[in-house]
Amino acid sequence: MSNIIIDHVSKTFTDSETEVHALHDICLKIDSGDIYGVIGMSGAGKSTLVRCLNYLEVPTEGHVYIGDKELGALSESELRNERSKISMIFQHFNLLMQKNVIDNICFPLIIKGVSKKEARKKARELLKTVDLTDKEKAYPAQLSGGQKQRVAIARALASEPEILLCDEATSALDPQTTSSILGLLRRINQELGITIVIITHQMAVVREICNKVAILEHGHLVEHGEVDEVFLNPRTRAAKTLLKYEEAESDG
Amino acid sequence: MDNSAYIQLLGQGIIETLIMTLGSTFLGYVLGLPIGIILTVTDKDGISPNPFIYKILDFICNILRSIPFIILLILLIPLTTIVVGKSYGTAAMVFPLFVCAAPFIGRMVESSLKEVDPGVIEAARSMGASNFDIIFRVLLVEAKTSLIVNATITTGTILGYTAMAGTVGGGGLGSIAVQYGYYRWNTQVMVITVILIIVIFQLIQNIGMAIASRLDHRK
Ligand SMILES: Nc1ncnc2c1ncn2[C@@H]1O[C@H](COP(=O)(O)OP(=O)(O)OP(=O)(O)O)[C@@H](O)[C@H]1O
Ligand SMILES: [Mg+2]
Repeated sequence: MSNIIIDHVSKTFTDSETEVHALHDICLKIDSGDIYGVIGMSGAGKSTLVRCLNYLEVPTEGHVYIGDKELGALSESELRNERSKISMIFQHFNLLMQKNVIDNICFPLIIKGVSKKEARKKARELLKTVDLTDKEKAYPAQLSGGQKQRVAIARALASEPEILLCDEATSALDPQTTSSILGLLRRINQELGITIVIITHQMAVVREICNKVAILEHGHLVEHGEVDEVFLNPRTRAAKTLLKYEEAESDG
Repeated sequence: MDNSAYIQLLGQGIIETLIMTLGSTFLGYVLGLPIGIILTVTDKDGISPNPFIYKILDFICNILRSIPFIILLILLIPLTTIVVGKSYGTAAMVFPLFVCAAPFIGRMVESSLKEVDPGVIEAARSMGASNFDIIFRVLLVEAKTSLIVNATITTGTILGYTAMAGTVGGGGLGSIAVQYGYYRWNTQVMVITVILIIVIFQLIQNIGMAIASRLDHRK
């Protein structure tokens, strides 16, 4: 299985005039089997960081290693191949609206050249995993948010990935649906041994399923480690603010 | 002229109008669809930005689209003669109609494809999709409804242009309307041709929209 090593990664966006330093010299190791939370205020660079892990965003400096492979050293087709081992799910699900559930789940297999018949067989198994067998022929527009995210998870699992990146995967869902999706993610982590990286601004999500957490502030990695340690003894202002904010949220 | 001669004349007109409309729309798509895809892909937010190719295509499309059709028709007469062999008649008119339609269609296709949710494209990329996969399995699939609606609008527009083409180069209901209505003051024939054009337009519109809504799964 693959560890993820983020080695002195920086990312600067250069628009015509302005420069945005989204990430500054980030170093982080995510072990195989972790459920790693990444938290921070809006604009802290969470999405950028996680998009560097599958090279949807190419770091301006530094290296990303998945196992022993350095992503920056791969050719275009090697990178595409590597991406099928690193799946991703999103806040807004990003399903194909004109394809039904089963064809959405088949998509990553079809682009890898798997036959339609085999892809469907695999997709049906995955529908069982995410508990949606009766929705095989439904279209995304006919599903609830939680069901759409289940389809997205099934699709993410189709290529048998080693890593699952979740960018605010539960932010559009109500608390009950959120906890059922988190339960599913935990099961995936335990039963399939998939490493999970979860970006969230919901502290409760981190508490509920993450074993480790990293805190980003203005593109800097300000704190990281075991969830219990970081949450019990927040050392930095950023961590304290995030935790205080959470208290205020649950009080109010 | 007796009634059956009129009927024959109008029947002939309908067929010629349909040939010009559908023929040039079809050829227009053969060229316009790839143009629209290339415009989408090479634009600065596209999946493979290429300012050079984008600007060239963009420029050609804009120039062709800014020339009024009736003038384009006359400007193209020498070229039409070379390509089709003659500069008048139904077959000859398909060529200028095609030249007018292709860049228009390119723009229509571009706007349809740009409506596709960037999140879905990003999801496909994260799964290891190539640009080819993204064009043929994401963009064209997700934009299907919009593409069909635009094809319907395009066909209707081209139908209107065939009437103009008819006045210059002959052929179709438009030319009949002008010949009988304008030069011979035969109001009856003109009214009938106009009604026929309206009916054909409505048919195209209804069929196109029915197909589009039937294939749309977003609701
Ligand atoms: N493609 C881009 N071009 C320019 N700037 C960008 C781009 N993507 C992100 N940024 C900038 O980089 C910074 C970090 O953005 P990022 O999306 O990673 O934040 P985030 O922590 O995910 O925020 P949120 O919680 O709101 O999703 C922001 O200032 C953002 O404006
Ligand atoms: Mg984000």
